[in-house]
Amino acid sequence: MIRPELVCPAGTPSAMRTAVNAGADAVYCGFQNATNARNFPGLNFTVPELERAVAHAHAGGTKVLLALNTFPPAGKVDLWKEAADTGARLGVDAFIVADIGVADYIAHTHPDIRLHLSVQAAASTPESIRYYCREFNVKRVVLPRILTVPEIKLMADEIPCEIETFIFGNHGLMVEGRCSLTNYITGLSTNMDGVCSPAAQVEYIKDDAGNLSTRLGEYTIDCFSCNESAGYPTICKGRYLTPAHDGPYYAFEEPISLNLSTLLPDLMKAGVTALKIEGRQRSKAYVKSVVSAYRKAVDSIMAGQDPQISDLLALTEGQKETQGAFKSKTWR
Amino acid sequence: MQHTESKPAIAGFLQRRPRWAPPAPLFLLQPVLRRIVHRIAENNPDMFGRLGPHYRAVFVIDPVNLPFVMLLRPDPDDLMLVARRRNEIPEQDARISGSFLDLLMLVDGDLDGDALFFSRNLTITGNTEAVVCLRNALDDIDNSIAEEVADMFGRPGHAALRALRRINEKQETQ
Repeated sequence: MIRPELVCPAGTPSAMRTAVNAGADAVYCGFQNATNARNFPGLNFTVPELERAVAHAHAGGTKVLLALNTFPPAGKVDLWKEAADTGARLGVDAFIVADIGVADYIAHTHPDIRLHLSVQAAASTPESIRYYCREFNVKRVVLPRILTVPEIKLMADEIPCEIETFIFGNHGLMVEGRCSLTNYITGLSTNMDGVCSPAAQVEYIKDDAGNLSTRLGEYTIDCFSCNESAGYPTICKGRYLTPAHDGPYYAFEEPISLNLSTLLPDLMKAGVTALKIEGRQRSKAYVKSVVSAYRKAVDSIMAGQDPQISDLLALTEGQKETQGAFKSKTWR
Repeated sequence: MQHTESKPAIAGFLQRRPRWAPPAPLFLLQPVLRRIVHRIAENNPDMFGRLGPHYRAVFVIDPVNLPFVMLLRPDPDDLMLVARRRNEIPEQDARISGSFLDLLMLVDGDLDGDALFFSRNLTITGNTEAVVCLRNALDDIDNSIAEEVADMFGRPGHAALRALRRINEKQETQ
């Protein structure tokens, strides 16, 4: 069994240092613009910040993966090219890309830097992954969260690159890289602007009884009663009234987080080479807790011991966790 | 952050909203808050870059179990952190409400804001983008803000901070 790389989120320089100190093998991050899929206000790195962060991470033996994992709108590719050139100059260890044009540019302009295929590319078949490997020399694919562990094992036998899978955080069962729900209401794109549920259009309204309504743009997308756990203000996790169902219900997904701690040994045996923790939008407290927990778990498995599984429920969305499609196709 | 003893009475006070409390002597608090916010700004000048266009926003920080709220305007050229009675709150851009201990641990990077929100122990109203910017600005501070404040008050300050952290640990294990 190979020792998998623990790939950890870094939304800010401080979060990156926290992840490095907590035992991350690699951190992933993005610039403060539309080139990454967490283009949230106040988040991400300026060029000088990333330069210092790369030096700090490398001094700690941690790799830096730069997320350029959105899709350039027509005529605006230069922003992605400049980001790639800057990342190369700063010495990042790999680029995480979704768009084939961006992949092509990096493959030809910076052929010595590894290319990882983002989950945003939604490549989920051996045929599509082999295409990316052949055409752009992709070294690793981040698999969509729709495959069972046995399917991942089959995949590992059929593709010529490394496999990275999510192990904690957003459940993300939509067709990743093709989500247009937020556009429908806000006019901004998750996959082109890097903005899912832009904060400027999110409003929380608490009534006198303690119920909390979540509004996105002009629409109320959920209402949590006073003792009910809350979730993110995303359309895919809202509750809706439809003629086909009695009462409001989660028509797409429910607020819940992925936690594969108990499946770790199976994932590692299946040939997964990197384990990804989601959450660049989360705090360094989250980064410290989750990275430390998974560091211990992975190390104990590698030492032939039972994995030490920490309780991370308090950090999960809606305070609920699932093994999702990794365990079974009938996950819901 | 003015509490200097770890006594059960303090713990109880911080854990529940008092049914009645005498008017807080806020005039004593104002110069302390002013010193605190200026010290934090002086030690962490980079944080203001993450506020984007919201550095002039007025935030109401509402520790729901204390008899007053704080108004924060994180404008580096015109910093403001003042205490106000609940019936004297002016117009605001956003309001962040939670228990005093949760807010303290949140500012100090010991608690995750999203997790507090999921558990309904943190409420946000008003301009969500301004709140997100403030959260990200504070979260990018490496040093402990609570320690920086405790430093300003010497041994009593550190004793108070230790007491608050003990109360928080006790709450977490309950």
